[in-house]
Amino acid sequence: MKTYQPIDAFARDAEPEVKASVYSTSKAKYDKRLASLSTGFTAPDDLRKLAGQIKQHTIEHLDQYLEQAVTNLENNGAKVHFASTPEDANQTILGIMQSINASRMIKSKSMVSEEIHLNAFLEKHGLESVESDLGEFIVQLDDDMPSHIVTPIIHKNRRQIATTFEKHGLGDYNDDPETITRRARKYLREKYLEAEVGLTGANFLSAESGRVAIVTNEGNARFSISANRTHIVLLGIEKLVPRDKDLALYLNLLARSATGQQLTVYTQFLNAPKSADQPDGPEQLHVVFLDNGRSEILGGEFKSILRCIRCGACLNVCPVYRQSSGHAYRAVYPGPVGAVLSPLLKSNSYPDFADLPKASSLCGACNEVCPVDIPLPELLLRHRNKSKIEHQKKAAAGTPPLGAWAELCSHPTLWKTTLATGKAMNHLPIDKMPIPPIQAWTHSRELPEFRGGKFRKWFKQRKS
Amino acid sequence: MNAPKPKPSKEVDLMITCLCDTFYDQVAASTVKVLEHVGCTVQVPEAQTCCGQPAFNAGDWKAARKVIQHTLKAFSSERTVVIPSGSCNHMVQHGYPLAFEESDDLEDVISFAKRCWELADYLVNGLGVKKWPGKFDGKISLHRSCHTRGSDSYASAVQLLSSIEGLELLEFDESEQCCGFGGTFSVAYPNTSTSMGKLKIEKLTAVKPNYIGATDMACMLHMGGIASKEETPFKVMHIAQILDQALQTKEAIA
Repeated sequence: MKTYQPIDAFARDAEPEVKASVYSTSKAKYDKRLASLSTGFTAPDDLRKLAGQIKQHTIEHLDQYLEQAVTNLENNGAKVHFASTPEDANQTILGIMQSINASRMIKSKSMVSEEIHLNAFLEKHGLESVESDLGEFIVQLDDDMPSHIVTPIIHKNRRQIATTFEKHGLGDYNDDPETITRRARKYLREKYLEAEVGLTGANFLSAESGRVAIVTNEGNARFSISANRTHIVLLGIEKLVPRDKDLALYLNLLARSATGQQLTVYTQFLNAPKSADQPDGPEQLHVVFLDNGRSEILGGEFKSILRCIRCGACLNVCPVYRQSSGHAYRAVYPGPVGAVLSPLLKSNSYPDFADLPKASSLCGACNEVCPVDIPLPELLLRHRNKSKIEHQKKAAAGTPPLGAWAELCSHPTLWKTTLATGKAMNHLPIDKMPIPPIQAWTHSRELPEFRGGKFRKWFKQRKS
Repeated sequence: MNAPKPKPSKEVDLMITCLCDTFYDQVAASTVKVLEHVGCTVQVPEAQTCCGQPAFNAGDWKAARKVIQHTLKAFSSERTVVIPSGSCNHMVQHGYPLAFEESDDLEDVISFAKRCWELADYLVNGLGVKKWPGKFDGKISLHRSCHTRGSDSYASAVQLLSSIEGLELLEFDESEQCCGFGGTFSVAYPNTSTSMGKLKIEKLTAVKPNYIGATDMACMLHMGGIASKEETPFKVMHIAQILDQALQTKEAIA
């Protein structure tokens, strides 16, 4: 069926194999999430609401919490950097590497590093950067893009991965998951040892202590940190929580919402470089905060999107995501959260991404699963309103104009006349009419018999 | 969230909804009979048209505000408003305050919303009806129409239907998933929307119900439209029709 919307075209044209992978994995994660939340807690919904309130409070006082976090990080011996744009962040990281004559980086999964396209930037400067998360490693080998926040290769099956490994000299074709994992592990162990700099994201940063919390299931963040003298933490400015004890709530909700685990296999805390009191850890610890439009979002109607803890639950449950896959969203953050956030990031142009908020039936399933209770449907609606006011072409494509309809609905006499005359519809070949929205409906759906005004007539007759 | 609503009265204005006014007159008629059965006096304000949701969801809030203002005028009587649709009620409860958040009329739309009730929620939580009389022979897959999320409507519908003698509500997979309608989404994203609808129908019918139940005409329109096109018809009933049908049996009259 012809469509004017790129995400709809993606859903129409997606390879059946990709669709099947995305559907089965996201459904399995949704089911596991539900099971782990309801077995772990008596009132999981109240926890979501509490977590949402704490995050909302944090972002509403972000200036104070950032100041507190920076003071604590610096007192702990870390060096703090602020980057206003992706370019600034990349330059900062390049500068750190150059200052210690480093040419190799090992990194664990970080969505902010995807947001700034760090790997491509470092490669351009002749530096190596190797992804150590298995999914991200495969994305890197394939020169692909992650299609999910938590499960970057949700769109691939093991046969495709086996082909990739064979192509890149990681052994003969073998699609046994254990063999694939063992080969990646062998390759990556060397890379951990060769690297001079490690880079991780941060799932949370406690303002109270400057403590960074990083979760993985593969232990690769821990490896990235341990093996290197210099460590860089790259994160968005919204990643703060006020207190260490808030981590108890968020770590519990994050793992359950993301993968249905009670906790991820590894939870790493990092708050200071090596010192006399602390024999472990990197010699240098750098923390790079990225803004990229976030401080502007803070001041406006989309503020609550900054509560997001990147669990991916809204992707997993979203029927549109399940039909179209993450690449359809053309940006680092797909699904409902991406549809709200991508148009707002400074490195993206609003008009280019104005269609994303239209890719939703506004069913509200995303809000229902969100561990920080972000009102995602409301934010999508706010984007639609903004796009309409700004005449954004990409948002408007395919949506019938409703001005005349509003006239009809605010004039009851006209409305009743239409009800009476609309019966003609039953005798017209409306599916043959060259009106795009009508064709879009009738291509795959019928309309029921038009029975305009019958109820009003029935009601009047039985009253008299 | 919203402050708790005051208890409703049994003096009721029915919001027909534009879909009952155009396609689903039987649903509106059943709603009247159901309300009268519990002792309500029902009036149907003549000037009503549509709640304004199509424009609001499409992003045209200016057009939506015009229709909302008209709706407020049409229901100016201060009586309780009952709506046989989780979706229109959701629009009134959440969409109206959003559309008017920067307007002097905000108070008016909020006070209107406090008078409005979705049918099942009205019966169970408004009037305290716990059990529905009569009999209904059949198994029903009750689609959880999306706009009942975050409200008591779906739980109320389940409570009422499962209390009816002979009626069995079936469990089915992916009950949280949408039927794919979404207003103008259905024509702006026809491929996605249709695939969603087909999957929904597959899950609802996999457990072999005699009927598919819904709390919204829009879901009925979408699922019914796909089924007719595919020539795999199934019977879909609105909860008002199910309640009404139970009332027609001798068990209810006795």
